[in-house]
Amino acid sequence: MLEIRNLCARVEGNDILRQLTLSIRPGEVHAIMGPNGAGKSTLGNVLAGRPGYEVTGGEVLFHGKDLLAMEIEERAREGVFLAFQYPVEIPGVSNMEFLKAAVDARRRHRGESELSSFDFMKLARDAAKRVSLDQAFLKRGVNEGFSGGEKKRNEIMQMMLLEPSLCILDETDSGLDIDALQVVAAGVNAMRDGQRSFIVVTHYQRLLDYIVPDHVHVLAAGRIARSGGKELALELEAKGYSWLEDEGV
Amino acid sequence: MSELINELPEAAFQQQMLQLAQGQEVPEWLQALRSAGAREWRDAAWPGRRTELWKYTPLAALRKQRFVRGSGSLPAWSTDLLLDVDAIRLVFVNGVFDAAASSPEHAAVVRFSAADAQQQTLISRHLGHVATTKRHLFASLSNALVADGVLVHVGRDQALGKPVHIVHVTVPQAEPVLVNPRLLVVLESHAQLELIEQFVSDSQVQNGFVNSLTEIHCGAGAQLRHYRVNLEQEQLLHVSGVHVDLWRDAQYRGFTLAEGSALKRIDYQITHQAAGANAVLDGIYLPRNRQLLDYHTNVEHKAPHCTTSETFRGIVADEARAVFNGRIHIHPQAQKTLAELNNRTLLTSDRAEIDTKPELEIYADDVKCAHGATVSQLDATAQFYLRSRGLSEIQARSMLSFGFINELLQAIEQPALREHLHAHLQRLFAESLPMTVTAP
Repeated sequence: MLEIRNLCARVEGNDILRQLTLSIRPGEVHAIMGPNGAGKSTLGNVLAGRPGYEVTGGEVLFHGKDLLAMEIEERAREGVFLAFQYPVEIPGVSNMEFLKAAVDARRRHRGESELSSFDFMKLARDAAKRVSLDQAFLKRGVNEGFSGGEKKRNEIMQMMLLEPSLCILDETDSGLDIDALQVVAAGVNAMRDGQRSFIVVTHYQRLLDYIVPDHVHVLAAGRIARSGGKELALELEAKGYSWLEDEGV
Repeated sequence: MSELINELPEAAFQQQMLQLAQGQEVPEWLQALRSAGAREWRDAAWPGRRTELWKYTPLAALRKQRFVRGSGSLPAWSTDLLLDVDAIRLVFVNGVFDAAASSPEHAAVVRFSAADAQQQTLISRHLGHVATTKRHLFASLSNALVADGVLVHVGRDQALGKPVHIVHVTVPQAEPVLVNPRLLVVLESHAQLELIEQFVSDSQVQNGFVNSLTEIHCGAGAQLRHYRVNLEQEQLLHVSGVHVDLWRDAQYRGFTLAEGSALKRIDYQITHQAAGANAVLDGIYLPRNRQLLDYHTNVEHKAPHCTTSETFRGIVADEARAVFNGRIHIHPQAQKTLAELNNRTLLTSDRAEIDTKPELEIYADDVKCAHGATVSQLDATAQFYLRSRGLSEIQARSMLSFGFINELLQAIEQPALREHLHAHLQRLFAESLPMTVTAP
């Protein structure tokens, strides 16, 4: 469902991704690990189309379509979802209004009708419950005054409502206590259905105790230095990342 | 539409305006005010670029038209424009009273032309006395041309039980019309009132000049909720003054919203005349295209223990310009004053412009005052965030613009007005934003 071939990308004049190649099949969970500055977050941002992330080479096919040629919102409507490392606070814009606009955009794209306010409310309340967010958060400004954990749970709630086919979690575990981590992981696990694929970007192995990956990749210097099964994450936890330098990658 | 002509020389323009006063039917008891106004208007130095109060707002557009007085007959217009609220309503179209669109007569709301002897005395006592022409040149023009107006009078300890809704509709005419709306509000001690002033155009294409003046006397302990909404468009020229006197423990809560036009200037002049008065003023300005919108507010703290809180937010789009000047003047005797003034402006295009200037003048030593002004652009990260959830670029920009002013909209206590503006502004942002997207 996702084919990344020789992807090169630059941020502020620095080459960050260098010929990254990765193939993801439907239903798979891929963990991307690696030291700081390896390009982990860049990968997610490039896939989502963030301005300032310049693609200088390679290609990305998403369900056979040229993902990099699409506008940001087109990618989202086609089913790409990036859970932000730092979700943005937007005071004055109600979370509910924002979520409904997002869900409606996705539904129109699929040729479905927009939801009535009543049906949407029901859906949103249910999703909020599943990530243990109080319903009052739906009425507040987008992420306005949310704690770190609440912001991340809001991201997962959006993911549930939008039902993407590719979910990219960008260091969703950073800044989470263990309870929030479990809530987030349970939300993600509930969405694993054999078709939906995940890219889980993380610095630590801890998250992968709860979201068990099919594949683990180590990103270093802008490319995948090593791939393996879930046991690779444990190995990294034990050895750290310094061996990458020893092996000269 | 009339074609624009060469600018009249300043003195000739001032003279031409006064000619409009000739042949008006005027009650005798208004003559003194008219004569004084005419004298002041004629003798006033015409504001130029070096006039601080008009520095960023050229008046040339005014001198490019020859205005006539309204004909006295009622132009056709669409009643869909009216805010749907259960109220005591008076509607004027190009200054002409529309009885059919207005509520039945109410003892508390009377036109000057229908005032009885007692009401005439009341009007004479306050009209032209709350308003000061010192910082508001066009108040003297309003005085010179006053022939009719509306008095809202709420007696001691009284409340009306319904808002008063005064509507001014402008309709384009073959020759541009000068409309001179005049409103006097007198609240006796501990009276309460909710007042909605609505200015609206019947058509996107406009000509004419509205010179509006509102005077408000809030007696001791009186409470006023005052909403004033200027939605006229484009070529209409509009100058407004709102002058408020607050007496002991009076409470004024104002909300003003204006879309732009070729020239729109709105002055608020609030004076704390006695101790314990409280003023809150929220404002939203939304010029776009090539409009010019100028807010000048001046709060005079002449007595101790008074408070002022002023919050203005603006979104300036396209090639529009906005001016905000907020002055708070704390006199030596105004100890224990609490005053704050905050102005934030969002520029949604590279060519949009704001000139903002908070001015605090403090001559008392035991006061707490704060002011601040910021200018920003639409947040790129927030735009990416919204678009990454499937919202179009236009939707994202529209939503962020709306979010910028939403806090002030939500603070409107009148539900019909809040919903009316909410719907109107969402439409406005969705329509106008495609034009503001700057080329990459």
